[in-house]
Amino acid sequence: MEGNIYQIIWYFLWAVLWTVYFVLDGFDLGAGSILYFIGKNQEERTVVYQAIGPFWDGNEVWLITAGGATFAAFPKTYAVMFSSLYSPLLLLLFCLIIRGIAVEYRNKYENFIWKNLWDLAFFLGSILAAFLLGIAFANIFQGLPIDEKGNYHGNLFTLLNPYGILGGFLFVFCFAVHGANWLAFKTEGRLAEKAASLGKKLWTVAIILAALFFSGSYLSTDLWKNYFNHPILCIFPVLSLTAFFLVPPMLSKEKYLKAWIASGLGIFGFSAWAFIGLFPNMFPSSLNSSWSLTCFNSSSSVLTLKIMTIVAFIFVPIILAYTIWAYKILHFKVPTQ
Amino acid sequence: MEIIVWLSRLQFAATAMFHFLFVPLTLGLSFLTAIYQTLWLKTGDEDYKRAARFWGKLFIINFGLGVVTGITLEFQFGTNWRHYSEFVGDVFGPLLAIEATMAFFLESVFIAIWWFGWNRLSPKITTLAIWLTTIGSNISALWILLANGWMQNPVGYVIKNGRAELASFWDVFTNSFGWLEFLHTVPAGYVVGGFFVLGISAYHLLKKNELTFFKKSFKVAAIWTLIWSISLLITGHFHGEEVAKKQPTKLAAMEAIWETKKGADFPLIAFPDEKKEKNIVEVLKIPGLVSFLSYNDFSAEVKGLKEWPKEERPPVVLTFWSFRIMVGLGLLFILLSIWAVIKRKNPENYPLLLRLLLINIPLPYIACEAGWIVTDVGRQPWIIYGFLKTNDAVSPISASQVGISFPAFIVVYSILGIICFWLIIKYARKGPEIENSKIGTSIDY
Repeated sequence: MEGNIYQIIWYFLWAVLWTVYFVLDGFDLGAGSILYFIGKNQEERTVVYQAIGPFWDGNEVWLITAGGATFAAFPKTYAVMFSSLYSPLLLLLFCLIIRGIAVEYRNKYENFIWKNLWDLAFFLGSILAAFLLGIAFANIFQGLPIDEKGNYHGNLFTLLNPYGILGGFLFVFCFAVHGANWLAFKTEGRLAEKAASLGKKLWTVAIILAALFFSGSYLSTDLWKNYFNHPILCIFPVLSLTAFFLVPPMLSKEKYLKAWIASGLGIFGFSAWAFIGLFPNMFPSSLNSSWSLTCFNSSSSVLTLKIMTIVAFIFVPIILAYTIWAYKILHFKVPTQ
Repeated sequence: MEIIVWLSRLQFAATAMFHFLFVPLTLGLSFLTAIYQTLWLKTGDEDYKRAARFWGKLFIINFGLGVVTGITLEFQFGTNWRHYSEFVGDVFGPLLAIEATMAFFLESVFIAIWWFGWNRLSPKITTLAIWLTTIGSNISALWILLANGWMQNPVGYVIKNGRAELASFWDVFTNSFGWLEFLHTVPAGYVVGGFFVLGISAYHLLKKNELTFFKKSFKVAAIWTLIWSISLLITGHFHGEEVAKKQPTKLAAMEAIWETKKGADFPLIAFPDEKKEKNIVEVLKIPGLVSFLSYNDFSAEVKGLKEWPKEERPPVVLTFWSFRIMVGLGLLFILLSIWAVIKRKNPENYPLLLRLLLINIPLPYIACEAGWIVTDVGRQPWIIYGFLKTNDAVSPISASQVGISFPAFIVVYSILGIICFWLIIKYARKGPEIENSKIGTSIDY
């Protein structure tokens, strides 16, 4: 199959979908993972739910769309990736299901045990989902034991290598910072201060993990290769780090919205860095690089890609417009009792 | 058949059927809520405002579980049916991607504006948000049913590069099978929503609770339900004709017809024996009705199951009985909704009708599930009718993986399902909020 421009466009859009997903769901997953650190009692924890209530569902749609776009534009990657990662993906799914339902149902019944159980489900589901996403993507970055037929020679524990686990922790802490910034922005008074100070502490861990991950990627993956060939692309990791370094000063100045935007840009830059580094691979093989699935050898036909391009160019701007509008009109502080 | 195929089929069937416990009410109740809200805007009648709030709350509880269980289905094409995904992703994948792009964002964003903006935004924006949520779920239904329709009647593709590639998107989009599924499934959701409102209203009318409020809800829902119940009969008929044309093995299994004959009879009750290849019992046969329903001709020839080798026939007993349950309930719904429409002005005086409506609440759900069994069990042994066998579509994963995930789904879904229905019942019994001024002053999260 000859390479064509649509494959590159769709690689780019595929990366954008995952990136937006990380930036958006990142803050509500992160908010869930710091639930117990923000709220010592049920009333305080209620605020966390109120702060993400209107947004988590829309954020998760980016995951569904990323999955759907993988299926439509790169069916072979979708098929091999999803079947190879069967166990971690279904585990991720269960996490997302219970935490989503926790957000929806937790405050629908006034009962101490009921709320405590949902709090636990929300916390575990959120933190484990972030961890699994990190592990899965770190392993994709470094390659998985895929043979020439796309059959996976490993299991769930294959993924638990040092670099994979580092990725897991990185996602957990970056999302937690992002979530703390959101909570600081959406709440008032003591809770906002608490979220901000927690955000700063988490940030220290996150930045160390990020440094380790950037350098670990040099040792364990080929992610930096494209950057040696095209140094100009280094704007993305630079953007990521610059934005991330703006988080603590913004929190100190109580500019919480800006802190949240900064952590969002940090995640955006990180994700862009990783996907640019991965290009043109989508699901690299650690056994033999010629067995890797790339955007050139796993894509749909040109006709399908063209149709999908038209759909994306019409609807994505509309979606972005009304999503931003929704964030704006639902821009209110969560009242604290 | 390999154990991995069985486990994957059971898992897909269980998760899809569970998902479809929440989809039809989403389709029906969003529409009705939008209507109540619009009636409030038009008439200024506060009861309609309270109705939108009350039914909307039940809608939201139901919606959450529909969303999260939907993700499972999208993932499973890849996790469990890798060869299917690889082979037809070029044609099938875009339908799912377009569904997400056109519908899921719309639903999820506007449901948030509807629910969280209730107190903060103007009623006009809220009304618009409810309508857009409704439109979103209907658009979603269209694309996913076009996807299912393509599995039933594959069109618009060519075999190239060792897979099915898209040849004409227009053919896939205008696939009559998919549109008939849409025209039959979406009204089924409207009927589920209609009877849901009628049943819960009946409960309160029986208790003489909030009479004026529930009479108003009842009246709108009665007319609504009758319209869509009748439409189901009509689209069901056209759908049946399409099945006869495109899926003769499914038709034969639906009617338990073993021998090819002219003027095939419609047995109301039969016990098909798949080993002996005949019906052990067959009673109440209506002469020539199958031929007539399928081809508009009482003496038309209908092909029997014996025309195909055993390994190309769907499970007959399950398909046959599911079809009868669906049709039987469908006819019952028409009668029941006619009765409700006749008594719509003072339903509180007809306790028998109200009791029937109350115990009827689960029946439309059963009819929907039965319909899906006919559609997708009746399609077997094909995953794509006449084109790719289910056995050849499965992922190269170990049986133990599905052996763990399948029971996990059963456990988690059962718990969530029970909780969801318990919450719906709790809020349904509670009735609408009493003082108008209090509506929406508390944040629901």
